[in-house]
Amino acid sequence: MEKFTKLTSRAIPLATENIDTDQIIPARFLKAIDKLGFGDNVFRDWRFQKDGSINEDFPLNNSIYSGSILVAGNNFGCGSSREHAAWALVGYGFNVIVSSFFADIFKGNALNNGLLPVQVSEDFLKKLITHLQENPTSKVTVNLEKQVLESAIGNASFEIDTYKKTCMINGYDDIDYLISKKEKIIAFEAQNEW
Amino acid sequence: MRKTLFDKVWDAHVVDTIENGPQILYIDQHLIHEVTSPQAFNELEKRTIPIARPDKIVATADHNTPTVNQHLPIKDELSRKQLEQLSENCKKNNIPLYDLGHKNNGIVHVIAPELGITQPGMTMVCGDSHTSTHGAFGTIAFGIGTSQVAQVFASQCLLLQKPKSLRVSVNGKLKKGVLPKDVILYIIAKLGTNSGTGYFCEYAGNVFEEMSMEGRMTVCNMSIEMGARGGMIAPDQTTFEYVKGKEFAPKGSEFDKKVAYWKTLPSDNDAVFDKEYSLDADDIEPMITYGTNPGMGIKITENIPSFNDNSFEKSLEYMNFKKGESLIDKKINYVFIGSCTNSRIEDFRVAAAFVKGKQKAANVNAWLVPGSQRVAKQIEEEGLQTIFEKAGFSLRQPGCSACLAMNDDKIPEGEYCVSTSNRNFEGRQGQGARTILASPLVAAATAIEGKIIDITKHLN
Repeated sequence: MEKFTKLTSRAIPLATENIDTDQIIPARFLKAIDKLGFGDNVFRDWRFQKDGSINEDFPLNNSIYSGSILVAGNNFGCGSSREHAAWALVGYGFNVIVSSFFADIFKGNALNNGLLPVQVSEDFLKKLITHLQENPTSKVTVNLEKQVLESAIGNASFEIDTYKKTCMINGYDDIDYLISKKEKIIAFEAQNEW
Repeated sequence: MRKTLFDKVWDAHVVDTIENGPQILYIDQHLIHEVTSPQAFNELEKRTIPIARPDKIVATADHNTPTVNQHLPIKDELSRKQLEQLSENCKKNNIPLYDLGHKNNGIVHVIAPELGITQPGMTMVCGDSHTSTHGAFGTIAFGIGTSQVAQVFASQCLLLQKPKSLRVSVNGKLKKGVLPKDVILYIIAKLGTNSGTGYFCEYAGNVFEEMSMEGRMTVCNMSIEMGARGGMIAPDQTTFEYVKGKEFAPKGSEFDKKVAYWKTLPSDNDAVFDKEYSLDADDIEPMITYGTNPGMGIKITENIPSFNDNSFEKSLEYMNFKKGESLIDKKINYVFIGSCTNSRIEDFRVAAAFVKGKQKAANVNAWLVPGSQRVAKQIEEEGLQTIFEKAGFSLRQPGCSACLAMNDDKIPEGEYCVSTSNRNFEGRQGQGARTILASPLVAAATAIEGKIIDITKHLN
């Protein structure tokens, strides 16, 4: 997993609420047996028109926007558990998603792929989206060590589990940790053969 | 301290706790399928980590499988490769696989309960968000991502923060024609799609106590649609009777011993929940959705609400519905009865009882997709197949099918589909398809009439 400490970047506003993982990566692209290439199809049915041409209005296609931070509406990543959604966002080039609420499974999947979910208040999110729509070149800094998002409209602190924070900063994943606990797990199994 | 059902099962599975961090939770049963497992197998192979407990894993092929001509080679190359990869991975790692055509094959959340793999008090996971289904047995069951599939492969454990507890109680008498699907659609419409995020939900009250196991599975299945990682119902006599005698259920004195333990699991009387809702069963009517998330549901006789909100308006635009309009008499060309929510025998019995002696409307394509080979067999044995065929329905082979449209079972662009599945997201049933979620009864009635009808007027 890639390490993450601090990122300063322009950010892309995507005001839609309840963005589900079927929109992030539609099911017809889940036939792969590896993790590659999902970035090409992120938000596929929003980025492209039905005839295959580019939907110029969609923020990711709008040339005034760029950056590796996505600022999205409330309840991001709801629905299916497909980790392909996190792979698609990372594959496209995002390192941070800012929203006022994340669905549980998506949040875990993001953290397991070095993609940082930054949860801010609904009020702050709305102001940030409006600010970015009006000032697309404005930069946002996400400092994981200090757990703070800095922007032209002000700063917002965010929560992250201490363990997960250490994992993100050092690029560790849960498998390494769980394997290191093997003896405890085996002892637990021996005690609880149900 | 008094404990909830969730606390009791969770606490019995904690291997260790990291200071200021997550807990290591032991997983009793791991279910896998072709779509979310290949990358996890690759990860372990790459790191030369063996699979810790292949004996605690069961695999099935369901998401990406055809529902016709399952005996023939799969035409789509990518789908075929994905299924071949599952077979190869299972063979290499000594994991039992119920492949296409096997008598135990079917949707992962249909087969595990019917085989007795799902039992009260267990922890169960699967790389699929509808794993919450198994909570119907008083099981902690939840969907996980592929990285977590790899973690369970490597250690039979997961690192998790204990979720908060939520209880939704529904008491009173359900009206005629109100099915478990209506109950859960009503709950989600009332509470919202993110009301359960961060929580594990327990469903309580006489409505769930009186429900069959299959009904309870329908309810728990859709817990994730209100954001909850999982839903649970306290195990009781109905649960024990369902599990008894199933292929992988404990037998003889072992079963009695288990039942004695399972009886200790229900929440203590004065257990405290972090959040509680209490709803009135008398207020529930047959439900239908009008938007692009499962929380956008109304009673079938109600009109679409009017909100001035961009996401709401975008949703109605996608559905081509107007604020304030009624869905009664909307022409519908597609009906899907299937998915891990509603593809069990009781669902087909309800549909068949309504369909019997009637004819499907000429404009409707009605797909019936049983949840498993066993359900398909039951449909045939109980004579339901004849009823459906006479009415002009197409009975297909088991699989996830048009619920997520990964295979060829796609609803064409712009078409409405009254579906017994669990998600009405944009494009869920095919690019540009418009999904209306409903119970098997409403779906069957729509197929007969060719339009949405007020089902409450058609019940004796």
